Amino acid sequence: MTNKLGVYVCSGCGIGERLLAGSLTKIAKCEFAAPVAQSARAFCLEEAEWIRNDVGKGVVDSVVIAACSPRVNTDVFAFPGATVERVNIREQVAWSHPAGDPEAQAMAEDHLRMGIARAAKRKAPAPYTEANERRVLVVGGGIAGLNAALHAAAAGFEVVLVEREARLGGAVARLKSQYPTRPPYQAPEKTKIDRLIEQVEASTRILVYTGAQVARVAGQPGRFNVTVTRNGKPAELVVGAIVLATGWKPPDKARLDAYGYGRIANVVTSLELEEMAAKGPVRRPSDGRPAKTVALISVDSAADEKQIPHAGNVESLVALKQAIDLRADDPERQVYVAYRYMHTPGQNEYFYKAAQQDPGIFLARTAERAVSEDKNGRVLVELDSTPLGGRQQIAVDLVVVGTGMEPASPAVEGLHLDYLQGEGMPVNRFGCADSNFICFPYETRRTGIYAAGCVRKAMDIAESTRDGTAAALKAIQCIELSSAGAAVHPRVGDLAYPEILTRHCTQCWRCTEECPFGAIEVNAATRTPEVNPNRCRRCGTCLGACPVQVISFPDYSVNMLSAMVHAAALPMGDGAGPRVLVLACENDAYPAIDMAGINRANLPGSVRIVPVRCLGSVNRAVVAEAVIAGYDAVALMGCRSGEDYQCHFIHGSEVLNTRMDNIREVIDRMALGPERVQYLEVAISEAAKIPGMLNDVLEKARAFGASPLRFAAE
Amino acid sequence: MLDPQRRSVHRSMVVVGGGIAGISAAVEAAEAGYEVTIVERNPYLGGRVAQLNKYFPKLCAPTCGLEINFQRIKKNPRIRFLTMAEVESISGRPGEFDITVKQRPRYVNDRCTSCDACTEACTQTRPDAYNMGMGTTKAIYLPHAMAFPMKYVIDDNACRPEACGKCVNACKYGAIDLAMPARSIHLKAGAVIMATGWDPYDASRIDNLGFGHSPDIVTNIMMERLTAPNGPTGGHLVRPSDGRAVKRIAFVQCAGSRDALHLGYCSAICCMASLKQASYVIERFPDAEVTIFYIDLRAPGGYDAFSRKIQASGNVRLINGKVAKIVETAGDLVVEAEDIQAQAKRRVAVDMVVLASGMASALARGKPPANCAVDDDSFVVADGTMPGIFAAGCARSPGDVSAAVQDATAAVMQAIGAIQTAARG
Repeated sequence: MTNKLGVYVCSGCGIGERLLAGSLTKIAKCEFAAPVAQSARAFCLEEAEWIRNDVGKGVVDSVVIAACSPRVNTDVFAFPGATVERVNIREQVAWSHPAGDPEAQAMAEDHLRMGIARAAKRKAPAPYTEANERRVLVVGGGIAGLNAALHAAAAGFEVVLVEREARLGGAVARLKSQYPTRPPYQAPEKTKIDRLIEQVEASTRILVYTGAQVARVAGQPGRFNVTVTRNGKPAELVVGAIVLATGWKPPDKARLDAYGYGRIANVVTSLELEEMAAKGPVRRPSDGRPAKTVALISVDSAADEKQIPHAGNVESLVALKQAIDLRADDPERQVYVAYRYMHTPGQNEYFYKAAQQDPGIFLARTAERAVSEDKNGRVLVELDSTPLGGRQQIAVDLVVVGTGMEPASPAVEGLHLDYLQGEGMPVNRFGCADSNFICFPYETRRTGIYAAGCVRKAMDIAESTRDGTAAALKAIQCIELSSAGAAVHPRVGDLAYPEILTRHCTQCWRCTEECPFGAIEVNAATRTPEVNPNRCRRCGTCLGACPVQVISFPDYSVNMLSAMVHAAALPMGDGAGPRVLVLACENDAYPAIDMAGINRANLPGSVRIVPVRCLGSVNRAVVAEAVIAGYDAVALMGCRSGEDYQCHFIHGSEVLNTRMDNIREVIDRMALGPERVQYLEVAISEAAKIPGMLNDVLEKARAFGASPLRFAAE
Repeated sequence: MLDPQRRSVHRSMVVVGGGIAGISAAVEAAEAGYEVTIVERNPYLGGRVAQLNKYFPKLCAPTCGLEINFQRIKKNPRIRFLTMAEVESISGRPGEFDITVKQRPRYVNDRCTSCDACTEACTQTRPDAYNMGMGTTKAIYLPHAMAFPMKYVIDDNACRPEACGKCVNACKYGAIDLAMPARSIHLKAGAVIMATGWDPYDASRIDNLGFGHSPDIVTNIMMERLTAPNGPTGGHLVRPSDGRAVKRIAFVQCAGSRDALHLGYCSAICCMASLKQASYVIERFPDAEVTIFYIDLRAPGGYDAFSRKIQASGNVRLINGKVAKIVETAGDLVVEAEDIQAQAKRRVAVDMVVLASGMASALARGKPPANCAVDDDSFVVADGTMPGIFAAGCARSPGDVSAAVQDATAAVMQAIGAIQTAARG
């Protein structure tokens, strides 16, 4: 298929003053035989109509606009019936080079050639629309899961709710009360869990399986095949998306030994106290006598960093609530609350103040928690609090250990994914489902499966309610998008997905390992990789990984990037200027380069900038081709990797870096100087560093000497 | 099931506020198939997070997530946004709300290509609101380099249209209209999400902390600008008074928060923000001395590991006590406080003081527009609010970005439920 190419070169915004638009249209006509090649003062204004007319008349079906960055005017430059390729000659050329710089003209011309090459390789995607199951599976019938189920049902979706225990409600159903959620934030409130369970059980859209577990999940968003076992009998279901709300548990008994739990009868956990309090007056477990004095101690996360998960505000507020409940239960009772830091964020501060007002509650900030027992069954607690008079020992009838909350491990419990990458959800260093948890907390590494509630992080009842509700939205959103064959976050709506030329595949399965989302499985019969389109997030890590370059998207491929590399007209012979190819991640590095232009910083005119979806999508072949083509250096610009990674595709820079040795080895074997390939880490906010970074690459390139390939061609 | 055509139910939402909560709500709703209009007071989207240097605990740039969200907005025809706009009234019921919006004139229309010729021509200046008044811009300006939409705006407090008009002549695209009137816009929606956000508490109201008396006493949000690469100093942390490097710095926690005279509640994020800002100082000056005066060092929601990491840096000294006063002596600022743990008075001399000023609900600026019940601190109360109107982010409670996104996502789900329930009759 040949494209009907239309090239539109804008001369607005100072482009016309810096660059010769006429030379650019001439390139389109002479080098690419573009039927339409025009320039205008501003294609984003009335002249957009020219493009619309050309497309409307069928003269053009491949629009190439050389103007501003693709990051702006996205809506203006959309022409139904044509593909649109944007060539950045404003921010990255006209605005970032001084007037009269001949290198700027050469850069704009190369950017245009590269854009046209890219447009020529762009094929229309054929979306995968075969997975249309609209049912939502919610795993876990606690507060988060119940809310997820109820809200998905309210939105009109059918829901299957699977709960391991015989009844719904989870940990919340075991509580006497919760801390306040509404003004004046003074007194504990009843939980509404019974009402919530009633609503779920009464809903005609929700099918509840209690005493059941998920034994297996296979398939992909839009069609997950799920096996649920109940009373040992398996049942098969098909669902479109999944909410994982398997909750939390207290740490093992052995890990609470330091606090006396398990070795002293009158030491209980905070959850056990709730259960005792819900049944009636609180008594000493050892002899059933009234607990006249109680100490609430929270686990010291500073001392137990490796062992006991800290629940921050939940732990502090539960202790305060229990102190107030214990006082209401017996107004004569004295309650000590020993804490390290009192985390009562937001309006919860008023509840803390209410507890402080109670003369029967003693709040002690202390680092010490040593717990022992005397002969009368009293529990002795060491405290060290200067404001309360220094180191001292108190003797109480009952000690309650605020245990912290350990997430039900999403790595091992809950779903049993039938995925090549393993049956668990990938987790972060806190043991919770991994995501970019600040900006995009629900975007796990298993597309279509959304963690909610305490399996995601320690949270209270009100927050779990919101979290379950939010995860339900993500689930129904995923169902809507998957049924249209469209990608979910972050390339929302992308209809293309990778295709594998299996007959040339060597079955190394590297793509199945490197995919950050576990989207690629191995076909049991052919032993070749197979993409699950709706699991795919379109980052291109697979095509970057493939050692034999057989993976490509219809609109993004090794072939396309290579074509762009070769499209630039590299100057030949003695005295030719240096050329540096910059492969910039379009999420952070590319916008940072734009920002440098907006700030009118000077960039070297010898760079050629190609946006890539993620550094993970850079195949060694593209880099090698650039070096062989005669670029003096190749700079790979991406974001920070490691524990605090920023990559929207989890590990783009990281996998690229593991490929770097390989890339350099290939180049070294050709004696072209492996140092010519450089990795640069840059954050989106670091626009000011861009000129220095690029100049540095250029300096190094000069130090290696000009590429021999541009002399050899002479 | 998903056909809300019975009764004239609007399958759409209005999101009041275009900060991180509002933006997140809009993209989540649109990607689930609903039409959304964002109503934002500023000339740009992004709200307070657009002013931050980094987020805790990952110490990453807020613009990274904003960029993705802006791309999602640009590519989604279901999202519309109004800048410089405020909601005047909301009436109706779930599925059928009428919203009146007042839009202030931008004086620059959609023909703006952001070429910058106007600012070169402009002769007037204004305090740079994006940089918290530190530095100036021209009267016609782009709010910041990553501003979305990337359109210029005229500050009518600074512009002198009757005497000047130079920008009008400089603009080749006919984008400037000095006579642009304010507009009243009527919107219809099935549900409303209040994501009105927060304002920094006015630190000049805290008499003992000296804000306004010395330029070297700044607020935490000013500290974000003073360290941001696109801030007034290009990210070089220097004393505002004399440009000297900041080697000794004090953070005063609860500047306004947890104080019955100011904000009775805890602003939830300031302890983490100060620890994060301590890392800004240490990153620049490895031998810097950082002192944090605090009541309780709060690391809610599992941020304990980050708190400990910063404390372990060796540069950070924590003093448990409320600051009594800050005085200026011989070029130094001396912070006086009671050290509760040591039961002693402390006087610490520093180069610069950062007041961890709290988060005030933006709804405290005036009367909330809707039948939107608020508590004494102007935060939206969930149960008391009219059905079909939901609050997200700091409109509901002070919190961090992650909580705002969580809230926004949940609010969209509730809004969809309200619309679908209304459609079923």
